[in-house]
Amino acid sequence: MRRRDVLKAFTAAALLEVHPRIGLTAPDDLYDIGRFGNVRILHLTDTHAQLAPVYFREPSVNIGVGAMHGKPPHLVGRAFLDYFGIAPGGRPAHAFTYLDYQEAAHRYGRMGGFAHLKTLVDRLRMGAGPGNSLLLDGGDLLQGTGPANALQGADMIEAANLLGVDAMTGHWEFTYGEKTLRQRLKEFKGEFLAQNVFLSEDAAFNNAAAFDPASGRVFKAVSIKEVGGVRIAVIGQAFPYVPIAHPKRFTPDWTFGIRETELQKLVDDLRTTQHPDAIVLLSHNGMDVDLKLASRCNGINVILGGHTHDAVPRPITVRNPCGATLVTNSGSNGKFLGVLDLNVGKGVVNKVRYTLLPVFADLIKPDREMAALIERLHAPYAAQSAEGLAIAHELLYRRGNFTGPMDQLICNAMCQELDAQIALSPGFRWGTTVLAGQKITTADLLAETAITYPEVYVQDMTGGQLKAVMEDVADNLFNPDPYYQQGGDMVRVGGMDYACAPAAAMGNRISDMTLDDGTPLQADKTYRVAGWASVAPQRGKPVSEVVAAHLRGEKTVRIRRVNRVALKGVDRNPGIGEGD
Amino acid sequence: MNNNSMSKQTNLRRARRGQTRRTIVQGALAGGLAGLGLAGAAPFSRARAAADASKWPKDAFSQKKQADAIRVLYGKTPEPSDKVSLEAPEIAENGAVVPISVSTTLPDVTSITIVVSENPFPLAANYPIPAGTSAMVANRLKMAKTSKVIALVESGGKIFSASKEVKVTVGGCGG
Repeated sequence: MRRRDVLKAFTAAALLEVHPRIGLTAPDDLYDIGRFGNVRILHLTDTHAQLAPVYFREPSVNIGVGAMHGKPPHLVGRAFLDYFGIAPGGRPAHAFTYLDYQEAAHRYGRMGGFAHLKTLVDRLRMGAGPGNSLLLDGGDLLQGTGPANALQGADMIEAANLLGVDAMTGHWEFTYGEKTLRQRLKEFKGEFLAQNVFLSEDAAFNNAAAFDPASGRVFKAVSIKEVGGVRIAVIGQAFPYVPIAHPKRFTPDWTFGIRETELQKLVDDLRTTQHPDAIVLLSHNGMDVDLKLASRCNGINVILGGHTHDAVPRPITVRNPCGATLVTNSGSNGKFLGVLDLNVGKGVVNKVRYTLLPVFADLIKPDREMAALIERLHAPYAAQSAEGLAIAHELLYRRGNFTGPMDQLICNAMCQELDAQIALSPGFRWGTTVLAGQKITTADLLAETAITYPEVYVQDMTGGQLKAVMEDVADNLFNPDPYYQQGGDMVRVGGMDYACAPAAAMGNRISDMTLDDGTPLQADKTYRVAGWASVAPQRGKPVSEVVAAHLRGEKTVRIRRVNRVALKGVDRNPGIGEGD
Repeated sequence: MNNNSMSKQTNLRRARRGQTRRTIVQGALAGGLAGLGLAGAAPFSRARAAADASKWPKDAFSQKKQADAIRVLYGKTPEPSDKVSLEAPEIAENGAVVPISVSTTLPDVTSITIVVSENPFPLAANYPIPAGTSAMVANRLKMAKTSKVIALVESGGKIFSASKEVKVTVGGCGG
């Protein structure tokens, strides 16, 4: 058989039988999924260092435009449940959607947590039998809490080692800088894989360290694992836009990108020289990018995706010129564990079963060893973390395309404490949820703000400049071609309302910018704008200090001013929930 | 001559003399031409133009519209071809030095041209390809804003093209 024919046979076979498991009706043992096939790949991604169980409200606004309209992952609430056939009101509906969030969160409790994940991972690996499983982490493992930021991810490497992570790729990992990242990776017992990180020309010329000097690849691109009697090639795909989305100073010697051409060459070379029985891409591209990549790149059986924090219960089958590829995305914050069960023969994937398990802390006995490790690692920070800053009057969450009460709180604090008319807060997709009536602790605040460039700034900007920035971010989110998206949400704005037309062309999405007093913004007039997480170096205080000062002044914090984003041209979009 | 390493060594010497990298980059890109990383062919550059002024397509490089630049340079309408391969980032990490490379499997290639539609002078580079030379060029271009980049290959007297949008963003706010 010619190589092309082999590829065709190979990937077409993978389509024959996909067995999704989303029934999830028996809470007596949600996790008894039995055995299937000879290879089990467990997939965690975007845990954002949340070692303890969390509340994390899934978005009520996640709009898809163009070809992505109404398709997963751009479905929320009832549209999501209907599409995936999940009954409303139960545990799965709570895990996957925002519906009745406050009430359901009280009923079902927190989710995730590494001690709970450890118990679940061990059980699923034991169920697969020795030597038949892998545990892969899709990145954003080392960042997202106060202690992880203070320890530069060292706590998370210890936890990942105990959890048994075999391989990972990265995104926020890079924001600790090259030196620290290399130290963390020395401590890591698994492998760090990234096919799309290369030395810059200057760095290569100066003989900077690279895993493969010939290609300039900084990290190992692929690892071939012997699992279940077959050979599985795992390729790493780091977040493609690290030096654009974050300060370039953290990674001056490295250049990123999707690198589709290089990836295809890598896959072709693997197929012809190494003959793995299956190829899996461990990706931090984001789901829309992965879906496009799968349609263009041949020879990958499954893309295990992350970055966009989409909890998608069923893999999406994407056809490409030589067969098809399955694309998954397994949520964030440790709320979900992806279980990819494969029946793999010699050079052939015969059957696939994918299960995205919601990790309910109250249903899983925490692993004692992991619990003890977490307690030891975080003991120095325990007192500070537990400090109550104020009581939340309403549900505080971040995730959503445009706004969220948590970021409104941050923006209002910046406006007030820094005496600004307008405040900007980045559209990060991490950041946990605080229920109404709960204490907002320092740990909660840092779970929204703990990064390596947290400094606030205040600067004068014209209305025109502000619009240009907002148009730029909106295009990163709503460009009809996923390869031009970076995967965050829209920059949050306090002190100003505006309108957004997601499906409009670049430069035409943002309009009706209006200050809180009702005055329309003028293009050439100057406004005092506060913000944080700038890609340019800033000298202000960390934003957490600014917000903490604001919270300490009040016993119960109410959001007095809520800024609105009027959406245009997206009526009846199933990515917009009721009430939003 | 290996222009690639020559340029780099020159740049490094300048850098050691205290010039900033930005100055060097801007210097190298004056006129929208950069001569890094080409395989065999020498691009038109100011230095070369001075040595061989008769071949410098000054009119084409002075045009302010993409269509005019292509018309003046080739006098023909390009035909899109999947045999022209254009490699460029989707989103530029640094708009001042955007890596662009062009290769082709077309036969009898006599020139390769790169056009940046939104640059003030869209014609960015034009490489005559001598007979028997591998038709592959790589380049670093300065782009002020998001633009379509067009690769043109002259083969057997016809013009073939491939294009790609390269986004130049202000950055920040990523996931």
